[in-house]
Amino acid sequence: MRRYVIVGTGVAAVAAAEAIRQHDPRGVIVLVGMEAEGYYSRPGLAYYLTGEIPENMLFPFRDADFRRLQVQVVHDRVEGLDPARQRVRLARRGWLAYDRLLLATGARAVRPPWPGVDLEGVVYLDNLAHTRHVIRLARKAKEAVVVGGGITALELAEGLQARRVRVHYLLRGDRYWRRVLDPVESRLVEQRLTQMGIRLHHHTQIAEILGHKGRVTGVRTQDGRVLRCQLVGIAVGIRPRVELAREAGIATERGILVSPFMETSVPHVYAAGDVAQVFDPRVGQHVLDSLWPLARMQGTAAGANMAGHRVPYHRGTPLNVTRLAHITTAIMGQVGQRDADPDAGLVRGDSEVWRALPDAILAQKNDEVNLIRLMVGRRTLLGAVVMGDQSLVRGLYTLIDRQVDITPIREQLLTPGAPLGDLLAAFWSEVQAHIHDAAAENGSPPLREASE
Amino acid sequence: MSAWWKALRALFWQQKARMDGVVVPDNSRCVQCGICSYNCPIGIDVRRYAWEGRPIRDDYCVTCGQCVARCPRGVLSFEVLARTLESTP
Repeated sequence: MRRYVIVGTGVAAVAAAEAIRQHDPRGVIVLVGMEAEGYYSRPGLAYYLTGEIPENMLFPFRDADFRRLQVQVVHDRVEGLDPARQRVRLARRGWLAYDRLLLATGARAVRPPWPGVDLEGVVYLDNLAHTRHVIRLARKAKEAVVVGGGITALELAEGLQARRVRVHYLLRGDRYWRRVLDPVESRLVEQRLTQMGIRLHHHTQIAEILGHKGRVTGVRTQDGRVLRCQLVGIAVGIRPRVELAREAGIATERGILVSPFMETSVPHVYAAGDVAQVFDPRVGQHVLDSLWPLARMQGTAAGANMAGHRVPYHRGTPLNVTRLAHITTAIMGQVGQRDADPDAGLVRGDSEVWRALPDAILAQKNDEVNLIRLMVGRRTLLGAVVMGDQSLVRGLYTLIDRQVDITPIREQLLTPGAPLGDLLAAFWSEVQAHIHDAAAENGSPPLREASE
Repeated sequence: MSAWWKALRALFWQQKARMDGVVVPDNSRCVQCGICSYNCPIGIDVRRYAWEGRPIRDDYCVTCGQCVARCPRGVLSFEVLARTLESTP
């Protein structure tokens, strides 16, 4: 009877446990996590902060669900790995033997090296404990300064604003999330933020966090201004938790390196989720993602492989759908901006693929709150951003992911002022009709895939 | 065709989807935040359906649309699915 030990209690860990149980009805499955709260929806923390959900809604699984799966969840800290003897050392319970080990330790928020960053009142939105802390501090705080690009910073800003704290959002550059969004998209988001009452400060960076008697009183910016505040929300990036793996001699780079079967460099040890840097054959490199649905898929693949069911994880084109200043936004494939900083680190809800710079032309159409931006390659669509109405996203995603030949509509798409939505919708129904007809005839999908 | 007529036609099809349709999750977007389940007036665990990628064929679902409207990631939509003998509970 196999023993499966999983380090972590995030979505990758839980998905792995489900997959293992599906293939191995009798094996012993133990999840070991450092968070007392166990498994919860990390993306949901943003909505807990805004007040849209109470804390008790953050838990998708109850104890009964884990019992039904016959999975044991242990609250403890793993101090070290001993792959040679196939065991891990827990802080309180000592040695725990395994036949298969999964490292799903996730990533942690980066703590920037600014003076004053350890003052009481400096907050992150990385986990449930942080979020509770922010909510508690927000009760007394009048003003807050938030820094960071990407999604988490916005979640902090919007959440604090919703809790009636006056928010100053500092942007390093000239516009929001310039690595991924184009100027029009940034402006759309910024307009909404301003309407919500959030004050934006462009070209502004923190030089120092000021304090009195150990508590935050304000920030000094690099251009010498002082902003008074009692809270400083930081979301400047995340770093995978690779320490355990590194100390045990498992191969790592920015994350723990794994094959498409989620195997690390050490036999019987796997990794999945935000900590894993997975080899993507389409790109020819190991790639890091911080996307919840991908973490789940990786966990599922890891679990299946651990239980002896050899199935590769197929990454597919990265897709993130999130809410930016109340606008539902889908980002997929390659959408990178030409002025982007290629060395910039990863943030949550991010993918390294998005910021690769494709040699492509841009087709864009705005219609009030509905926006579509396409990255059009020679014969395929390389990426897209869709804000507002999401009905085209599934079709668009397939066109991008399956590298469908869009030559029939390419010229039309690139015509300025083209009705992108209508063109794509019409093209997509044709493509679907083809699939339907061919499937009816011989059961194989006939999407005209453009081979480069 | 005038804009007014187009809008009316779109509204008709939306209503038709609501009446004939079921709530369908797009698994690839869901982050299990729980806003859907929290807002269901009937108390259906919509989130669980989304995790399992199953349409909400629940006798108690009245297709009120709260979950669809409130999901921050656009996971849920109404779709008209063919009812077969196997699928009726």
